[in-house]
Amino acid sequence: MKYLMLLYADSPMPEPGTPEARRLFDDWAAARQAMTDAGVLIECTPLQPASASTTVRVRGGEMLLTDGPAAEIKEVFGGLTLIECDGLDEALKWAARLPTASAGKVEVRPFFQVPD
Amino acid sequence: MQDACALALTKWPVEGVPSNPLGWLVGVARHKALDLLRREARRAPLEAAAARDWPSPQDAASGKEELGDEELALIFMCCHPALDPEARIALTLRCVCGLATAEIAAAFVVPEPTMAQRLVRAKRKIRQAGIRLKSPGREDLPRRLAAVLRAVYLIFTQGHMAPVGPDLVRGTLCEQAIRLGRALATLIPDEPEVAGLLALLLLTDARREARTSDAGELILLGDQDRGRWNAAKITEGTALLGRALKVGRPGPYQLHAAIAACHVEPVTDWREVAALYGELARHEPTAVTEANRAVAVAMAEGPATGLAILDSLGSRLARWPQFHIARAELLHRTGRTREAIAAFRQALDLPLPQPEQAFLERRISDLSRPRAGPGSALVHAGNAELRVRVHRHLAVARRRLGAGGRRTGRGS
Repeated sequence: MKYLMLLYADSPMPEPGTPEARRLFDDWAAARQAMTDAGVLIECTPLQPASASTTVRVRGGEMLLTDGPAAEIKEVFGGLTLIECDGLDEALKWAARLPTASAGKVEVRPFFQVPD
Repeated sequence: MQDACALALTKWPVEGVPSNPLGWLVGVARHKALDLLRREARRAPLEAAAARDWPSPQDAASGKEELGDEELALIFMCCHPALDPEARIALTLRCVCGLATAEIAAAFVVPEPTMAQRLVRAKRKIRQAGIRLKSPGREDLPRRLAAVLRAVYLIFTQGHMAPVGPDLVRGTLCEQAIRLGRALATLIPDEPEVAGLLALLLLTDARREARTSDAGELILLGDQDRGRWNAAKITEGTALLGRALKVGRPGPYQLHAAIAACHVEPVTDWREVAALYGELARHEPTAVTEANRAVAVAMAEGPATGLAILDSLGSRLARWPQFHIARAELLHRTGRTREAIAAFRQALDLPLPQPEQAFLERRISDLSRPRAGPGSALVHAGNAELRVRVHRHLAVARRRLGAGGRRTGRGS
């Protein structure tokens, strides 16, 4: 099954070059390596802040653009990880290994499966 | 499942308990549950949806069972920590115990469609999120087991302490919980908390008959007719507890069971109870634990000492009727009758089962009369043999929990 992990950080990303940023980078490199070795990793990336978002709607054939995210939420949605593994228990284990789980929250969202 | 249980009761004495009682019960229940589902499907579309939402055998086939048993896997799946805690209990009763949705709804005082909806939602989550029918591996066992034990404990408490209304005891739920506890103790024999939970349920349930009068009124522990206690359950519970404590890994269920064991002794050793609550506070550091310790301290060292602990907890427990009842009793015992009556009234303002309401009203009218005597604390002649047995097991507990003894020392 495929699971999308939405990464909600408690605080914005640390400034590049600081010891915190280096530690975070190392922690992510280790988590990414472990997921790669286990053969579950599909994608894992931080995102630009929501201030860089553009929201698109098409109404009556006309494209409407809004500066900013689609939904204003308190949490900082800062990145995503996409894995494929056997079931929820395995997915939750990987979620707990992500650095964001210890300094924020990780929402584990299963992919929709077409019933056979 | 009641059908299956009735069958089990008629069969076991002749054939002996099957080596895997849960599997046997579930196996029988599943067969009967299918009949039931077919019948329900005709009248309750929601329940039919619940049946459809159940994971298919293909979903369940992946993975090897480390603990060996499909039925155990079923319990772990129903009590998965990713499910809503209330849904876990409902699912366990529906899918493991085979209770009908209507029965579960009645036990939890919610309308049947609400309970059906809760079950549908939980089963859908199991399917959509990829929760597997699979026992957890060794490393995950403690965490996953905690959720299972909690669910079984809550099923029992729901049966033992109905939230509102005339039914103080819902025997079916108590029996289902004990049956689950027994099955778990058989399937997971090396986890002392499993045996601790079963011991706790047995020692508490042993007093079920004696807790209410024929008129349905609540009878306090000290006033209960010990002849109506179930000696077999007490013997089994204390023996289980003794074996569990010998493993040397005490946990909250073993401690609660040890406290329950103190209460079935002919004379309660309140110092011991206070020490056990002190030890329990390390596992469950809540205001309720502390309030219970306060009562035990009051019984061991005098009401004023206990009252001081209780009063320090007031703001955190204002919505808990038992807090006001305990405070009222201790106020009464220190001669502060008017404050005691006020505290009883505070308890009456909160939702309580009918027998407890009646009890509190009696208490208030007793205290309102001049020269009211203290609450009676009848001492019953106990079964001497039983006393020795309980004492022996508690001696083990005392040695194991040596640290606990020092905790009450500060007041004495």
